[in-house]
Parts: sequence; structure tokens; C-alpha cells
Amino acid sequence: MKTTLDKLKMGSKGIISNVGGEGALRRRLLDMGLTPNTTVMVRKVAPLGDPIELHLRNYELTIRQEDAGKIEVTEVAE
Amino acid sequence: MNITFALIGNPNSGKTTLFNQMTGSNQRVGNFPGVTVEKKDGPVRGHKGVTVVDLPGIYSLSPYTAEEVVTRDFLIYEKPDAIINIIDATNIERNLYLTLQLMELNVPMILALNMMDEIHSSGESIDIQKLEEQLGIPVVPISASKNDGVDELTHRAIKCAEHKTKPKNLDFCCGHVHNAIHSIAHLITEEAKAAGLPLRFAAAKIVEGDQPVIDRLKLMEPELDIIQHIVDDMESHLNTDREAAIADMRYAFIESICKECVKKSAPSREHLRSVQIDNVMTHKYFAIPIFLGIMLFVFWLTFGIFGSGLSDLLSLGIDSITQAVDHALSQVNINPALHSLIINGVFAGVGSVLSFIPIILVLFFFLSLLEDSGYMARVAFVMDKLLRKIGLSGRSFIPMLIGFGCSVPAIMATRTLPSERDRKMTIILTPFMSCSAKLPIYAVFTAAFFPNHGPLVMISLYLLGILVGILVGLLLKKTVFEGSPVPFVMELPPYRLPSAKSVTLKMWERAVDFLKRAFTVIFIATIIIWALQSFDFGFNMVSDTGDSMLAGAGKLVAPIFAPLGFSDWRAATALVTGLTAKEAMVSTFAILLGASDTASVTPLLSQLFVPLSAFSFLTFSLLYMPCVAAMAAVRRELGGWKNAILAMSFQTFVAWIAAFLVYQIGSFIF
Ligand SMILES: Nc1nc2c(ncn2[C@@H]2O[C@H](COP(=O)(O)OP(=O)(O)OP(=O)(O)O)[C@@H](O)[C@H]2O)c(=O)[nH]1
Ligand SMILES: [Mg+2]
Repeated sequence: MKTTLDKLKMGSKGIISNVGGEGALRRRLLDMGLTPNTTVMVRKVAPLGDPIELHLRNYELTIRQEDAGKIEVTEVAE
Repeated sequence: MNITFALIGNPNSGKTTLFNQMTGSNQRVGNFPGVTVEKKDGPVRGHKGVTVVDLPGIYSLSPYTAEEVVTRDFLIYEKPDAIINIIDATNIERNLYLTLQLMELNVPMILALNMMDEIHSSGESIDIQKLEEQLGIPVVPISASKNDGVDELTHRAIKCAEHKTKPKNLDFCCGHVHNAIHSIAHLITEEAKAAGLPLRFAAAKIVEGDQPVIDRLKLMEPELDIIQHIVDDMESHLNTDREAAIADMRYAFIESICKECVKKSAPSREHLRSVQIDNVMTHKYFAIPIFLGIMLFVFWLTFGIFGSGLSDLLSLGIDSITQAVDHALSQVNINPALHSLIINGVFAGVGSVLSFIPIILVLFFFLSLLEDSGYMARVAFVMDKLLRKIGLSGRSFIPMLIGFGCSVPAIMATRTLPSERDRKMTIILTPFMSCSAKLPIYAVFTAAFFPNHGPLVMISLYLLGILVGILVGLLLKKTVFEGSPVPFVMELPPYRLPSAKSVTLKMWERAVDFLKRAFTVIFIATIIIWALQSFDFGFNMVSDTGDSMLAGAGKLVAPIFAPLGFSDWRAATALVTGLTAKEAMVSTFAILLGASDTASVTPLLSQLFVPLSAFSFLTFSLLYMPCVAAMAAVRRELGGWKNAILAMSFQTFVAWIAAFLVYQIGSFIF
């Protein structure tokens, strides 16, 4: 099912299909390993609802909901 | 032969730990990304002429923050003889991403595979030989913090630099990206040479669309047209854009390497433990109470139990030395002016601050636990949303927490913030976080005026600093620093057990710093204050300090503080000397009140203050402009005195208003 990263529930996984956005931020996201075909797991949402913690490539990364909304994923059924 | 190595790697991969092992120095390490913000070189132990340079961590050669630019510029313009690329083996995929870019620089290079201890204990394994073959550069497994493999690394790195063995195997791209890079490389050979850039690096950067590099190459119109055509072609074939295409190509190559070389076990024990700890520490409901609890606990232990108890013991010792020296001086009938200088000047001044070392060390002990455990990054994660309300990001929380220790490193730590606006705001707000040098002032005043509520008053001061920080932040956001908040992209390192060595080092460093100040700045300040309060403008020794030069000058400034409830010239003088170092305020009171030892400062203070004006004075001391060392840091980071003076006048103004409100509202209520 196609959706965006911010819509994934805690604990669920998705495969990145496209990284939107632009400029330095987008490049940073790509540099951090959020490239197409990468599997990402949403590990946690911060207590106040934002940002979120991701697990990918065997490490933990945190980004804001807003930026996660620019990353298109296909949800992986468990 | 002279050799310079550059230590390059991702943030938090252990560069500084390795640097310290190689050089025997004690640079700061911590378990969060962005500890090192400046380049630092040192000679390698046991190898004459070999230097190693520690640099801020970077994720890629497209810098994002101010301190990352330092690293890239060093690599490209100062050209080290060899690169030691240190990577975190537990996070090998993301770390190798930088490695692939470094290989394009055409500089001799060796890979240090760090944190092997964690790999071994988790039952994973990495095939070093295969990795070497695949990458085409030497790979040495090490564990920097355990000093495992560091000697071998040094030897092989030197050999690598001497033989100038450059990375040979650059064909990790394939298909359309490969074609694009190669066609462009052919096209720009001359320009790259002229601009002093490695060819392969320049070509890849062009494909990626890195504007600074394209500008630097000074390409002509026809070439630019061809390049555009090549890139368009590649994009349409791959059905993505140029940036994603390059990143994807690198990660795809890394994945294929890792598949061959890395044997993963199921999620490692360390990782699981880290996740479990995190489930509690960043829990939906408990995270914020836990953070507040930890901070309160730290301050309570610092003031309530350990710190003040130890300080009292130490001050007993210092007082008995003072008495012994006083006695001895009387016995030998020394000149009374000299006697007064030694006892009422130096001993009162320096002695009165020395006894506070334990409090400061206890506070630093806890702060280093926060830094080394990995909790710091979690606090940034939890607090991001709140900080966003005042226009900052969670990353700004790290400098502010460091600010509870000392403003100087805190202000330097703002370099890790990705936007100028965030940086400036954080620099202005950080000094409101009460630094450890202010502790002696609070301790003396609470003992004098709030003996039964010591910890409560101390904690309320800390909270007041935070509250003022928030209010000022809101104000700045609405006025000077308008704009949208910057993104927040941060790695969360695994929790690690803080090492005794690192924690002791941090406390030791702080103790040395404090002692140095006590015997230099404060020593000199006490002599000057003693002289100014002992003589009048005709250089006659006065019997009443109220007739002295210092009183004369102090009385000019004092009226400014009248609305805050303390108009005595001695309070004004202390605030001025506090600019040399905050703890000098205590020395100043000791001298001006004629206290011969620490314990006797406390009762004498009631000559100058009542509890309410004491609290107003503390409020002002908490918030007004920082000490000279911090001023210099502010000037450096804000890029000039003009902005720095503006910032500091603003802080002093805020302090005045806050103390005014405290005193006036207080008088109204009580
Ligand atoms: N287990 C283990 N931990 C290590 C090792 N080397 C370093 N560390 C820890 O990793 C963390 C980061 O170390 P630093 O040396 O500060 O890392 P850095 O690369 O200088 O980081 P920045 O300055 O932020 O770029 C610290 O908590 C170290 O104690 C190692 O070999 N094994
Ligand atoms: Mg470092």
C-alpha cells in the first residue's frame, strides 16, 4: 500500500519509493541513507507527537513529521 | 619524513577517542554526534614528524552545518598526506557512504574499523580481508576506547602515506551513473586540474549537482550544455533525479559489499538493550517527568548532599590554613599593609572560592554521565517540539545543557546547528542557563539568607534561568529572528556505559580550569580590589573602606541598582568583578566585608541585603552578561564585537528587568 512515512504506525515498516522535498535537507536525508528501496521502520513517536524515530540500515535516526511526509513509502505487510 | 594524517569519519564514530590514543592528549569525547567542532592537531606518540588532525564528524562531502564545512575544506584545500577514515563497525552501511566519497579524493587512505569490541560481543563478524579486497584500501579493525589495534593502525597508516598508496578501485558505480561520471570526467580534465580538485570527485559532484564545485571549475557555456545533456539523459534513463541517483548508486554498492563481508546475528544484545532503555527514557508519558526528575536529582545531590558537604569540609581546611598563616605573620611582625594584603586580600579572595571546587566537580560528574551515556541526544528528541515553539530545534537543547556546566564550550557547541538563525538565538539564550561558576555565589547567599531552603532556592534559580530563556526566545522569535523553524535530522547513538576514564577526565579538566582561574584571574582581581579598597584617591591607607577609591567608583554605579533593592557600592563592585569570572563575586564580598575566611562571609552579607534584595541580586547575577571568557566565545561565534556587545547589553537589560520585577513584586507581596 502506497503512503508517506509520517502515516506509518509505530512499529510498522515501509519501503521507500521516492524522497521528495528539495535542497540541502533532501540531500541530507539521502546522505543519511533514506534512499529508494530502503526498508525503514517507524520505531517511535516522540512524547509530544513530533519528531519520529526511524530505524534503518541498522541505526536510529530522528526526523520531523513534516519532513517524513515528503518521503513516499510502500507499507510492508507483516 | 613529515606526515600529516586527517582523521575523517561520521560524527560519533570515535575519531576523538582515537586521536587521544594516538597522541596521548585529552580532547573531549561524548556519546552524541557533534562533540568536536574545531580541528585539532597533535603529534603521534613514538613517531617523530607524524601529525594527526582530529576534525568534526561529517556524513558526506556535502556539508550541512558550520563545523562540517571545516572538515571538507581541510580535506580539499589543505590536502593531508593520508586519510585515516574511521568508521563505526556497528553502523557500517551508513559509515561506508562517506568512505566511498573519500576514495574519490585521490589521497592515500586507510580504513579504521572501530568499535570492534561491540561487534565481537554481539556475535557478529566482519570479514576484514574481503572488505579490503572489495574496497581496494587497507582495513584495520580497532577498538579505540580499549586501545586495541591502534598501534597496528598507526604503522600501516604511515606505510600507506610513505608509499602513497591511493585507493585504486573506484568502479563502484555501474550503468547510467557510471557512464555519466566518466563522460563528464573526460570533459573537465583540464578545469579540474586548474581548480586543484580531484577529477573523479569533481565529476561525481557535477553529476550530483553541487553548485559550489561547479562554480569553482569555471566551466564554459558549451561544456555546461553538454553536461546538462548528459545529466538529463541519465535522469530520464534511471527515472530519478541526479541527487537521488548518486546516493542510490553508492548505497547499492555498499549493500552488495556488506552482503559479502558482514555476518549479522539477530539484532545484537547491545542493540536490544539500547532499545529497551529507550522505551523507558523516551516513553510517551514518562519521558518528560523522567528528564525533569533526573535534572532535579542531579541538582539536589549537587547542592544538598555531596557538594555542599564536601565544600564545608574543604572550607574548614582552608580556614585553618588561613589562621595559621595569619598567626605566623603576626609573630614575625610583618608590615601591616603587606599582612592585610596577604590575609584580607589573597587568602580571603582566593580561599573563598577554592572551597567550592567540590560542588562544581559533583555537577560535572553528573553532566558527563549525561553526555557519555547517549541520553543527551534523546533529550533533544523529546524536547524538539517544545523548542520549536520558541523557534528553535531539539538540537539547541544540547548546547543549553552543556551551558549548565560552562558557557564557553556551550557557545562553541552551537556550531552543530544547521541554520544561522538557530545558532544566533541559541548563543544569546545559552548564558541564561546558569553556569557552574555561579554556584559559589548561590551557595554563599543561600547560606546567609535562606539557610533552611538552600536546594529549593538554588533550583528555583535554575528554573528562573530556563523560564527567562523561554520568554526571551519567544520575544526574539516574534521580533528579530522571524522565520520558519529549521529541519531536525539527527542520529540517535546507542546507549553506552560511560567510561570512568572519560568522566574523570572531564572532572579533572574542570578542576584544573577552576584552579587556574583562582590563581590567575581571581588572584590578580583580589589584589586590585584589595588595593582599591585600602587606599583613597590620595593613596593614603584608609581605615574605613567607605572612603576608598573603590567606594568612590562603586557609588557612581550603585544608583542603577537601587530600584532592584541593593544600592550598596559593594554589591555593584562585586557585579563588575564578576565579569572577570563569576566566582570572583564571592572573593569580592569576602574582601570588601573584611571576612578573613569563608565561613565569616555569610553572616556579614546581612549588612548589605535582606532576603528579598538578596534574591533580586541573585536574579541579576544569574542573568546578566557572561564572564570575559564567554564574551570572547560569543564574539567569535557571532562574528564580531558589534553583535556580541549588542547581545550582552541585551542580556544585562533582561537581567535588570527581571530583578526589578522580582524586587518590586516581592515588596508588594511581603
Ligand atoms: N564500545 C566502544 N565505544 C567507543 C569506541 N571508541 C569510541 N567509543 C565511544 O563512542 C563515543 C563517541 O566517541 P568520540 O571519540 O567522541 O567520537 P567522535 O567521532 O570524535 O565524535 P564527534 O566529535 O561528535 O564527531 C564515545 O562515547 C566513546 O566512548 C570503541 O572502540 N568501542
Ligand atoms: Mg570528536
